[in-house]
Amino acid sequence: MSFEPKIVAFLCNWCAYAGADLAGVSRLKYPANIIPIKVLCSGRIDPEFILHAFRNGADGVLVGGCHPGDCHYIKGNYYARRRILLTKKLLKEMGINERRLRLEWVSATEGRKFATVVSQFVEEIRQLGPLEARK
Amino acid sequence: MARIGVFVCHCGLNIAGVVDVKKVAEELIKEKDVVYATTYTYMCSDPGQNLIREKIKEHKLDGVVIAACSPSMHEETFRNATRDLINPYKVEIANIREQCSWVHESKDATEKAIKITKALVEKVRGNDELEPIKIDVEKKALVIGGGIAGIQASLDIADAGYEVILVEKEPSIGGRMAQLSETFPTLDCSQCILTPKMVLAARHPNIKLLTYSEVTGIDGYVGNFKVTIKKKPRYIDVDKCTACGDCEDACIVVVPNEFDFGRKPRKAIYIPFPQAVPAAYVIDEQSCLGVAPLRCGECAKVCEANAIDYDMQPEYIEEKVGAIVVATGYDLYDKNNLVEYGYGEDPDIITSLEFERMLSAGGPTQGKIIKPSNGKEAKKIVFIQCAGSRDKNHKPYCSSICCMYTAKHALLFKHHVEDGEAYVFYIDIRATGKNYEEFIARVMEEERINYIRGKPAKIYRQGDKIIVEGVDTLLGKSVKIEADLVVLALAVVPSQDAKKLARLLKVATDEHGFFKEAHPKLRPVEAVTRGIFFTGCCQSPKDIPSSVAQASAAASKVIAMFSHDKLEKEPIVAVFGDACTGCRTCFYICPFNAIQLDSKGKAYNIEALCEGCGVCVAACPVGNIRLPNFDDEQIKKMVEVILE
Repeated sequence: MSFEPKIVAFLCNWCAYAGADLAGVSRLKYPANIIPIKVLCSGRIDPEFILHAFRNGADGVLVGGCHPGDCHYIKGNYYARRRILLTKKLLKEMGINERRLRLEWVSATEGRKFATVVSQFVEEIRQLGPLEARK
Repeated sequence: MARIGVFVCHCGLNIAGVVDVKKVAEELIKEKDVVYATTYTYMCSDPGQNLIREKIKEHKLDGVVIAACSPSMHEETFRNATRDLINPYKVEIANIREQCSWVHESKDATEKAIKITKALVEKVRGNDELEPIKIDVEKKALVIGGGIAGIQASLDIADAGYEVILVEKEPSIGGRMAQLSETFPTLDCSQCILTPKMVLAARHPNIKLLTYSEVTGIDGYVGNFKVTIKKKPRYIDVDKCTACGDCEDACIVVVPNEFDFGRKPRKAIYIPFPQAVPAAYVIDEQSCLGVAPLRCGECAKVCEANAIDYDMQPEYIEEKVGAIVVATGYDLYDKNNLVEYGYGEDPDIITSLEFERMLSAGGPTQGKIIKPSNGKEAKKIVFIQCAGSRDKNHKPYCSSICCMYTAKHALLFKHHVEDGEAYVFYIDIRATGKNYEEFIARVMEEERINYIRGKPAKIYRQGDKIIVEGVDTLLGKSVKIEADLVVLALAVVPSQDAKKLARLLKVATDEHGFFKEAHPKLRPVEAVTRGIFFTGCCQSPKDIPSSVAQASAAASKVIAMFSHDKLEKEPIVAVFGDACTGCRTCFYICPFNAIQLDSKGKAYNIEALCEGCGVCVAACPVGNIRLPNFDDEQIKKMVEVILE
């Protein structure tokens, strides 16, 4: 049986989640490997959530926020960017390929971008294979 | 033990055509705490909503998950439909249409729909029952700045029946507009259209006018601001002063007049301009001898109204207001920065506002256009647009009003000096307002003003003349003009005091010092901080019609706020525990200045200001902050069920 990656997506309410909705309204197909969790702001995402996802069987984690300058909460996405960068370093230390964590800016008008990002990310994780380094 | 009901919508075939909705319901009923699960063709229809209501009652549900379209479609619908039976925050939507059935194939979609719905069951289980936060609102507004924008905002709010405190730092309201001669594109006299409004504002029973005053302290939050206003000593009792002018004649100290940029003298006791409101004199304590230890007292001797009081002290007034409108206006870019145009060194190179005063019948020259160096009539004028604007060495932005007022200047000059010649150096002509383009065309064609596309390269004095050298980039030829007078259309910059005020208000400014609106398109008059509004040039350079429109917009926002006895806000706000170590991480990163420190240095949250982004929650190193309904444990549980 071929490997089907499990991916958790944390999407901010105002941009990325709305972008994902637009992908739906536009009927853009993308793989179902990704399950979304809505948060109000990408700045709400605690690195702990990401680690928790990897610990519980995720092969990849996608974080979607507003483009720089567009954050509904002014600068939550900038905090998200820093935290994701640090979390990537942490993952590397832990022996987890940092490519398994991805931060993307998706606006409410970028349905196509959302579908493309998800398709590419699922493919990338498929290439990386299942995350084995789990305790 | 929670009792959760799951309602899976077919949405016709939109969901049911792809997702096996029956299977979703069958899987969900197996979940812990799910006591009821069903499907229905259209949950959002009346029968669908009734079905949910009936089942809430029948099964005593305390949580509901509706697996249907995006929450942006019908979350509100379902929460409203069940509001009397169940707390709205216990009703959640699992998005299995936009983010599932519409984007995936059948088998995958069913699996994913089950996971999404299970995750939302976890969310509902962890959700708190929340009630909207109610905030008291003091129905009184503070307007800072008494130019046309501040006056308009004050009048609108006062006309709606609410009290307004209008604070102006100068001895009279009127602002920049009071200094203008005529206004484009209609050429109405600025004073004629402004002064009636000034008088209206001063006489309005709902407006408390505080001139010669400054805001020195601002505390609190939306609906509940505490402001301190310093009333500088005017040394004149405004109520007694009849503005007869006897004191002015008696005063022996002569200094340059600020209103005319020093081009006219005034006394130490003066009225800024004849139509000043309030129509009362003021003593400039810097130059007056009377308030200094050595008393002159000449003015008090002649004042029949007994209005002069040398012992007046600064007065500090405390007020509680619900909303603040900022209308601090603009200054011109500092002349000294433009050494390439020789300002400050040559008296015949003047600023656009100085030229306005020169054009004004009440100005220092009574409307005569002269060379300040020798007082003779100026026959040839060069106007330079974008002096400091659209220039990366100075201000990169467009000052927005200069094209229009320069055209007006050139036209008025031709009307004053019939055999005069006017040249305008410009980069582009921006005339986007109503009837603006027509005005420019009229100036160019009918008034025969010479428009030269290009920026002057060199300006210098040669004998009696100012030589302006540049290139006409349309003809590709160099030009050299021997001018009598050069007028610089200097960049519009925020008023000097804006920075200080921004700090007091704890609101952001952009890189040029203009106040930053909450959203450049959709919330152009609101600050990010609730209850604070911007209008006029303090937000960006703009003309009078836009300033007035923005003032009315800000006023309508204030009036809308005041039309409620209590303000309601979304109750999803950060909640602080008692484990704070006082590290201040949250305090510094909160985008809304909602986090304050108590006397022990421990952080707490002002609910009225918190927007619920959760940035602080993720940052707190000791986990002392939680965001209800987006709690750490809740989100982790959602992650777990998704990955099962």
